Amino acid sequence: MAVAVEVASWVAILAGSFFALTGGVGILRLPDLFTRLHAAGVTDTMGAGLILFGLMLQAGMSLVCIKLILILAFLLLTSPTATHVVAKAALHGELKPLLGNFHSAWKT
Amino acid sequence: MLRAISLGVALYTLWLLLSGHFEPLLLILGVLSCLVVVAVAHRMEVIDHESHPIHITPKLPLYWFWLLRQIVKANLAVTKIILSPRLPISPTVVRVRAGQKSDLAKVIYANSITLTPGTVSINLDDDHIEVHALTNRMAADLQTSEMERRVSRLEKSR
Amino acid sequence: MFSVAAAAVLGTMALVLIRAMLGPTVYDRILAVNMFGTKTVLLIAVLGFLTGRPDFLDLALVYGLINFIGTIAALKFFEYSDLGHAGQDARRGES
Repeated sequence: MAVAVEVASWVAILAGSFFALTGGVGILRLPDLFTRLHAAGVTDTMGAGLILFGLMLQAGMSLVCIKLILILAFLLLTSPTATHVVAKAALHGELKPLLGNFHSAWKT
Repeated sequence: MLRAISLGVALYTLWLLLSGHFEPLLLILGVLSCLVVVAVAHRMEVIDHESHPIHITPKLPLYWFWLLRQIVKANLAVTKIILSPRLPISPTVVRVRAGQKSDLAKVIYANSITLTPGTVSINLDDDHIEVHALTNRMAADLQTSEMERRVSRLEKSR
Repeated sequence: MFSVAAAAVLGTMALVLIRAMLGPTVYDRILAVNMFGTKTVLLIAVLGFLTGRPDFLDLALVYGLINFIGTIAALKFFEYSDLGHAGQDARRGES
């Protein structure tokens, strides 16, 4: 049982690290602000969620675990709001999103 | 009144969980500070159905569970797009209907859209949300409006 | 394992910092800084476990809240040049 929890927390933390790095790569690769918001979403939900979940498994049932849950709850409540504010401010500041099918455009 | 009591209980639970000390002095100080906060909030008239929505709280866990599954699915899709060498994106802006009656439910809907990677709500007017999607397939998925129905079910009372 | 997670988070922070320096618009920079803050919360939490001092989590909690408010404040200041501005939605809500 203890081994299973240990393995599960390993898997969660490693997967979380992978998703966090993916978001970091995405924020560099994607072409404009509005598409970069999606990359930020990947790190904020899956990356943070899985890493904190892995830490929760390490902590077991204790006050530490409750604090981790609180951190996760705050992150999940605040990150979409912050993302939305960035997008709305950018729209307000006359920044137009790139539209269209890049996939086909880039192949030519 | 019910909302004020529930706010006080929630604050005190938070105090106990964050402090982790159970000496009488600290417990009493906690009660006092929670009472002060509830009194101030009451005077500022910020304890209402928006800041403290106890009427939808019982239905939230089921919705969160469903949302969690959507988030995982969307994350895998976005990760695949970011890591694929050709970067197959087709950014789209669509307007989706937000038929919820209360502002609170609309905000829950808009935040859920943003929380799922691949779709970000960029503007909200009276009953429509402008959504920026990373690919047009993600925009099409959103337009099936399953999420909208679930959020509407949240606010339907009793 | 914690060191792997810490390294991954630090790597992400480096990538995000590059985006913050490249820009090109101020919104890209703010988005990058906000994401940097989220990563800092994670880094503090992981470091707490790495060094065996879980009391670091309180710092992470407070940092997460400050980061959110900081992002909103920076954007609001940039948009209206005034932190006390009522914003465009406030008037609609009064009616």
